[in-house]
Amino acid sequence: MDRIDHRSRRDAYGRRINRDHSSALAYSVPWISILLASLIPVFAIASAVPFVPPFGLMMLIAWRLVRPGLLPIWAGFPLGMVDDLFSGQPFGSAIFLWSVVMLAIEVIEARFPWRNFVQDWFIAANILTVYLVLAALLSGGMIGLASLAALGPQLLLSLLLMPIISRMVARLDRFRLLRIRIIG
Amino acid sequence: MAPPSSRRSSQSRRAQYGIFTGYVIAGIGALVGAVLLGLSLWKPGIASSPRAAANDIIAPAGETTARARTESQGLIESIRGYLRAGSQNAELKREMELARIRLQEAEALQHENRRLKALLDLQESERKPVAVARLIGSTASSTRRFAYLGAGRTDGVAAGMPVRSPRGVVGRVLEVGQTSSRILLLGDSQSVLPVRLADGNAVAFAEGRGDGLLRIRLINLGINPLEVGDVVVTSGAGGYYAPGIAVAVISEVTMDGGLGRIIADPAATDYVAVEPVFQPEAVAGAGTPIEESVVE
Repeated sequence: MDRIDHRSRRDAYGRRINRDHSSALAYSVPWISILLASLIPVFAIASAVPFVPPFGLMMLIAWRLVRPGLLPIWAGFPLGMVDDLFSGQPFGSAIFLWSVVMLAIEVIEARFPWRNFVQDWFIAANILTVYLVLAALLSGGMIGLASLAALGPQLLLSLLLMPIISRMVARLDRFRLLRIRIIG
Repeated sequence: MAPPSSRRSSQSRRAQYGIFTGYVIAGIGALVGAVLLGLSLWKPGIASSPRAAANDIIAPAGETTARARTESQGLIESIRGYLRAGSQNAELKREMELARIRLQEAEALQHENRRLKALLDLQESERKPVAVARLIGSTASSTRRFAYLGAGRTDGVAAGMPVRSPRGVVGRVLEVGQTSSRILLLGDSQSVLPVRLADGNAVAFAEGRGDGLLRIRLINLGINPLEVGDVVVTSGAGGYYAPGIAVAVISEVTMDGGLGRIIADPAATDYVAVEPVFQPEAVAGAGTPIEESVVE
């Protein structure tokens, strides 16, 4: 005896009766989470070598890979601009590199539309490796072998944290689509 | 997950134009970024005012996290002290015996003493600091080594002022906002500091390597007077830093100098003092082109 229409029961996104997704929430969560992730390295301890992963970029890559089509392809420009204000890199470094990252993922996606977890991780790992080395070279400092070698721990940490960030983004994606708008 | 095939949108002209515009904007964004990057590599101060304003906004949050960080470090250390009381006691006893043996080596110790005394002596400056504040943040993900300080123009901080902790030199103020400022740390690869040996008169430059060590480059080449364990202090040349503030301990001797470990590690620093520029006339003189005279 099925008394209630199953389409009216609550699901992972909350109640259905009288509720709907909020477009403000659905579209602001990716942007805000990337902006906040850009700020995280600032509050880390002032270490002698860079060791905190570039969380802003990792969040951007994770959103782009977990939810294709949600961020516009030019999203690297405004988000990179904010990251540049806090990262300590010369202004323009993240604007340039993040825009290129978005275009690169677009190209990769056209070539490999169906990907699994390992492939996504591999793509992110390649992007992060190239990004960290290029960002070091474009940082305006004198980059020797010693400072490139100092990138190793940071790179390793970034690669290991990437799946966790993707998981977090998947969780944020569910939060993004919560039905919190009351209709009627 | 397979992407929605946004590239082949539909027959709709409007949707096709929208996608095309997206690509154009992204391409222009990358170009603008490259131009801005070139400009700021050429003239590093070009974006300093928006950056300072942005850092003023997050300064209160940085203050809170800095306090939480130091307090949690203290808590962890005291808990660790309780847990390790027994083994620590045994260890201390063993160390005590070792120290008794070492006591016999009076000469070496005395020499060490003299050097440390000289170091302490030089550290005791009567100069009043402009401001005392916490390091509220750093550029922990970039190769460049900057830190953010919770004091700005309203506290009297100005660009160029040396920053020091109780142990030694931390860096130099680079950009100033209203309530926060940006510091070039010693370890940054663009940081150069004139130094000399604490117990000698060998003069050198201490350059950051970007990996936490300083390269000590001797000015007078010849027999390398540096030894592992030597302390280098600021020489006062250049006019920014007062002479005699501890900078680094030599950890490795190379052909043209050595590698030094920074004494005032910013990671272990809580409060730092911003001091006035040692000799503003010397700094102004160094900035004046040779054709113009410094004195009217």
